Amino acid sequence: MRALKSAILSAALALGLAGTAQASEGVHIPEQSWPHSGVFGTIDKASAQRGFQVYKEVCSACHSMRLVPIRTLGGIGFKDDELKALAAGYEVQAGPNDAGEMFMRPGTPADRFPSPFPNDNAARAANNGALPPDLSLIAKARKGGEDYLYAFLTGFEDTPPEGVTLMPGMNYNKVFPGHQVGMPNILQPDGVSYADGTKATVDQQARDVSTFLTFAAEPHLDARKQMGVKVILFLIVLAGLMYATKRKLWSTVH
Amino acid sequence: MAQAHAPQFKNPVVKWIDSRLPIFSMLDHEYNQYPMPRNVNYLWAFGAIAGIMLVIMIATGLVLAMQYAANTNIAFDSVERIMRDVNYGWLLRYVHANGASMFFIAVYIHMFRGLYYGSYKAPREILWILGVLIMLAMMATAFMGYVLPWGQMSFWGATVITNLFSAFPIVGDPIVTWLWGGFSVDNPTLNRFFALHFLLPFVLFALVILHTAALHVSGSNNPLGIDPKGPQDTVPFNPYVTIKDGFAVVVFLIFYAAFVFFAPNYLGHPDNYIPANPLVTPAHIVPEWYFLPFYAILRAIPDKLGGVLAMFGAIAVLAVLPWLDTSKVRSCKFRPIYRQFFWILAIDALVLGYAGAMPAEGVWLMIARIGTAYYFFHFLILLPLLGKLERPLPLPASICEPVLKGGGRVAAGAHAKPMEKA
Amino acid sequence: MAQTTHPPGTGAHAAPGGEGTSRRDFLYLATGAVGAVGVAAAAWPFIDSMNPAADTLALASIDVDLAPVAEGQAITVTWRGKPVFVRHRTAKEIDEAKKVNLGELRDPAADDARVKKPEWLIVIGICTHLGCVPLGQKPTDPRGDYDGWFCPCHGSHYDTAGRIRKGPAPANLVVPQYAFTSDTAIRLG
Repeated sequence: MRALKSAILSAALALGLAGTAQASEGVHIPEQSWPHSGVFGTIDKASAQRGFQVYKEVCSACHSMRLVPIRTLGGIGFKDDELKALAAGYEVQAGPNDAGEMFMRPGTPADRFPSPFPNDNAARAANNGALPPDLSLIAKARKGGEDYLYAFLTGFEDTPPEGVTLMPGMNYNKVFPGHQVGMPNILQPDGVSYADGTKATVDQQARDVSTFLTFAAEPHLDARKQMGVKVILFLIVLAGLMYATKRKLWSTVH
Repeated sequence: MAQAHAPQFKNPVVKWIDSRLPIFSMLDHEYNQYPMPRNVNYLWAFGAIAGIMLVIMIATGLVLAMQYAANTNIAFDSVERIMRDVNYGWLLRYVHANGASMFFIAVYIHMFRGLYYGSYKAPREILWILGVLIMLAMMATAFMGYVLPWGQMSFWGATVITNLFSAFPIVGDPIVTWLWGGFSVDNPTLNRFFALHFLLPFVLFALVILHTAALHVSGSNNPLGIDPKGPQDTVPFNPYVTIKDGFAVVVFLIFYAAFVFFAPNYLGHPDNYIPANPLVTPAHIVPEWYFLPFYAILRAIPDKLGGVLAMFGAIAVLAVLPWLDTSKVRSCKFRPIYRQFFWILAIDALVLGYAGAMPAEGVWLMIARIGTAYYFFHFLILLPLLGKLERPLPLPASICEPVLKGGGRVAAGAHAKPMEKA
Repeated sequence: MAQTTHPPGTGAHAAPGGEGTSRRDFLYLATGAVGAVGVAAAAWPFIDSMNPAADTLALASIDVDLAPVAEGQAITVTWRGKPVFVRHRTAKEIDEAKKVNLGELRDPAADDARVKKPEWLIVIGICTHLGCVPLGQKPTDPRGDYDGWFCPCHGSHYDTAGRIRKGPAPANLVVPQYAFTSDTAIRLG
């Protein structure tokens, strides 16, 4: 097994996935306070909408989000007609038509977000051998979740620390496992202009997009927590009743 | 019990059926009148809790199976469809995924309760062995269930665990190929794991019925480990124990719900939200927490076959436990020396679990080795010797006696009496 | 198994009625009622999970372009997993459909009530008998005795308005919910 594992790992290195190989060294990810943290926390919809704007204008150039249907955005406050207009802005492949050919049609809210590349190999070819991961579940697929995403997006350093030599085409990031990552420092101050007037600092964009990706990975997060509060309150009442019944019943035994 | 026989059913339909198929008499006998020792504590509720967990797992598993697709191309996406689109799909999946952990928590507590109070001793050997078989079936079911979402941990967990069998000389490799239905973990493997994951819970259910049947022959053990002398030592199962177990079940459900609703992925691994990739192994592969002590034992032995044998041996040793423990006294309450070692074993299991989650190198490897050594020392050497060497405390004359005296004190002068045969 | 409830065993000294018993009965009732509510509420997610999921519902409407369908032709489109017959009726077919005396129909319905534009007949292509797909879409298909559709499974005949005329089917072919989005395009659902 170990031999197989190392063989696979060296193959991964050759494929340009170097970063993950050194994941064992722990980097502390500072815990952030999110509006959706805690038992009663809910997704900040305005922030998630801004985060979607960052995804659409910045991330989606390289990163797919193939598991998320456009209609999902209804959960962060997009109205039906907004969803339709948004979806119509995407081209999705359809067909085959009567002539047997695939063709492009405007998207509908039922469609999933189209991927920037037709397949993984094309994505690698366009990105110096690195595969930009799909973002549908990224907030659940990384240790630290949205805290990690925020730390990663704000963790780039223009010049690597003393003694670190970057491989060609790689960038230095404080929290990425191995610190060398193919993705460049993509968030720039005012890189997007928010419709609601929020100042688009790098920190703000990182927060917003991390919030959005949390929602994208778990669209039922709010419903889950709300149901959880009700279920647990109900169970506490039931437990209280059962305990009272049990006490009453057993009082005759001892 | 005065009215222990031939219950009179008022409902004519029930009466009609019962005179032809005495199912109601049986239920009445086994779950209504069944005499429970009156001194059982809340640890005895974990059998009922485990039973409820099995029912929850089968119920949620059934509706999930209606939405899941066991094909490597779409398995991952079909799970995401359950999470995103199926009505309450997220709830059902989180209840099922966390339910596996809760099931193991309940069963492990149930087992350690049996270890502490000597519930495995005569005449309950078969009851205990059925329990070990239940645990084995649970492990197989849980392992195959974890493969189904077809994430990175699913794939690499399946690869590593099936490769265990390659440790056996000559037959090893053909067995692994046979398990896979190919030359790696692939679509045929996923498909058969799904079929078996669906089947095994029903095998489990049958084993649970046998486990309960065996229990009702010898009757339940109790914290004193002595047999009830008569009706004054017992209460009828219903309503006394049903309400007590019911209360314990609801409290357990609160604990369970806290995970499902507020930390649903806490017990899982982030890598399993990355689709399976046969070309890249995640940097740290660890099994689910409930396998960690066994995983630590596997890695503690610096030999492939030796590690596999030690791991399976760790479970096999439990099956012969009734004959390894030579003590005539059941309950740890009256075994002052063994009681210390019981807690050392409990801590050992936790330490092994922790070591199993750590990288198998340096100090953790050393700790895992010491833990493994103690585990086998405890069962194979300590228990047989201690039964002969230890002087147990005097046993009470009956269950009622310490209860009536209050505070569980043993009457002075009551001499140590070997456990009575039921 | 309420009918088999026995008084507590001899080891227990049951309260001989009065206040203790009524309080116990109340607790039994309250606990049982709350527990039953919990079980019922817990059952709903299981049942509802078998209803159509969000992705299925989201695909519930589709657009159909009618422009390529020439007069006298028909196309079949799939909607909610079912075939939908779209027929561009000829003047003769429209005439036949309008002429029928409603009194002689098994499931009386005027032609006007079944179409939004007389030349376009849109019906779900599933026989109302036992769910087969009737023949009559292709020019070579048998169209039954009334120039509409003919179901080969059990011999139901439908006319040019999709109404049942002969055979075992009890009702007309169902007209789905649709709307014209332009002169030559419809949206189903």
